[in-house]
Amino acid sequence: MKNKLTLIILFIFLSFCFVILYKGLNNSNTYIPKINHEKNIPVFKAKDLNSNTYIDSEKIFDENIYYIINIWASWCIPCKKEHPLLMELSKIQSVKLIGLNYRDNLNNAKKFINELGNPYAQILIDKDGTLGVEFGAYGVPETFIIDKNKKIIKKFVGPINKETVEEIKLIIK
Amino acid sequence: MKILKFILIISLSMGFSQLKSDEKNSEFKNKILKNIRCLICQGQSVYDSESDFASSIKLIVDKKINEKLSEEQIYEFLREKYGDWIIYDPGFNKNTYILWLLPILLFLFGGAIIYKKILINKK
Repeated sequence: MKNKLTLIILFIFLSFCFVILYKGLNNSNTYIPKINHEKNIPVFKAKDLNSNTYIDSEKIFDENIYYIINIWASWCIPCKKEHPLLMELSKIQSVKLIGLNYRDNLNNAKKFINELGNPYAQILIDKDGTLGVEFGAYGVPETFIIDKNKKIIKKFVGPINKETVEEIKLIIK
Repeated sequence: MKILKFILIISLSMGFSQLKSDEKNSEFKNKILKNIRCLICQGQSVYDSESDFASSIKLIVDKKINEKLSEEQIYEFLREKYGDWIIYDPGFNKNTYILWLLPILLFLFGGAIIYKKILINKK
C-alpha cells in the first residue's frame, strides 16, 4: 500500500514536470514586453527633423484624436516593408502619425522619406535611442497607438502588416 | 611661496575628492547596469552588451542618476516600461511569488522527509 502511494506521488510529480517542460518547449525564448495596462505617454522634448527645432510633447499631442507613434530608421529593412501601410494609415482623418527616427543619419532619413513618401504629421529625432526607451521600445520598427486620453493602449513590435492595419482601423474607429 | 603651496594642496585635494566621487558614481552605475537584462541579446546584462538598446539604457541610467533617482526608482522606471523581466533580480509580487516560494516549500518538504527518515531509523 505504501509503495503504491509512493509510486502515485512520483507519477504525479513527473507528470507535473513533464507538462511544465513541454509547455516551455513550445514557448518562444525571446521575451517581448507586453502592454498589460494603459500607460501614460512620456513627457519629453524632441527635435523635429524638418524644422530642426525642439518641440514639447504636450504640443505634439494637443489634439483630441488618436495618435500613432511609429519608430523607424532608414537603415531598417522591415521599415521599408511597412512604409506603404503607414501611407495607407496616414489617409485616415481621425488619426495623426508621428514618426520617431531612431539612431539614424539625418540625411539618409530625409532621403528615405523623399523616396517613399511622408506618412507622418511630424518626425522627431531620436539620435541616441533614449526617447524610444521612454516609450518602452527596444528596437525598430515599433508602433504605438495613443488614444484620446493620451494613453498608450497598444503596441506592435516589428513591422505592421495588413492584419495589424485592420486592427488599428478597428481601434481608432 | 606659502600661498602657492597652499593653493596647490587645496586644488590637489579637490581633484582627488572629485576623482573619488566619480569612481563611486561609476561603481553605482555599473551595479545597476549589471542587474538590467539586455532585451536584444537576452543572455547578457546591459553592462556586458554592446547593442543599441543597451547603449540607450546606459544613457538613460546615467540621466536618472544625474536626476538623483535611487537604485529602486531606476528599476521601477524600467519595470514600468518593459516589465519585471528586464531586472535580473525580480521583486516579490503576484507574478513572481511561485518563483520565490517554491524553493522554500521544496526545502521544507525535503527537510520533513529527512526528519521523518531519521526518526524512523532511531526507532
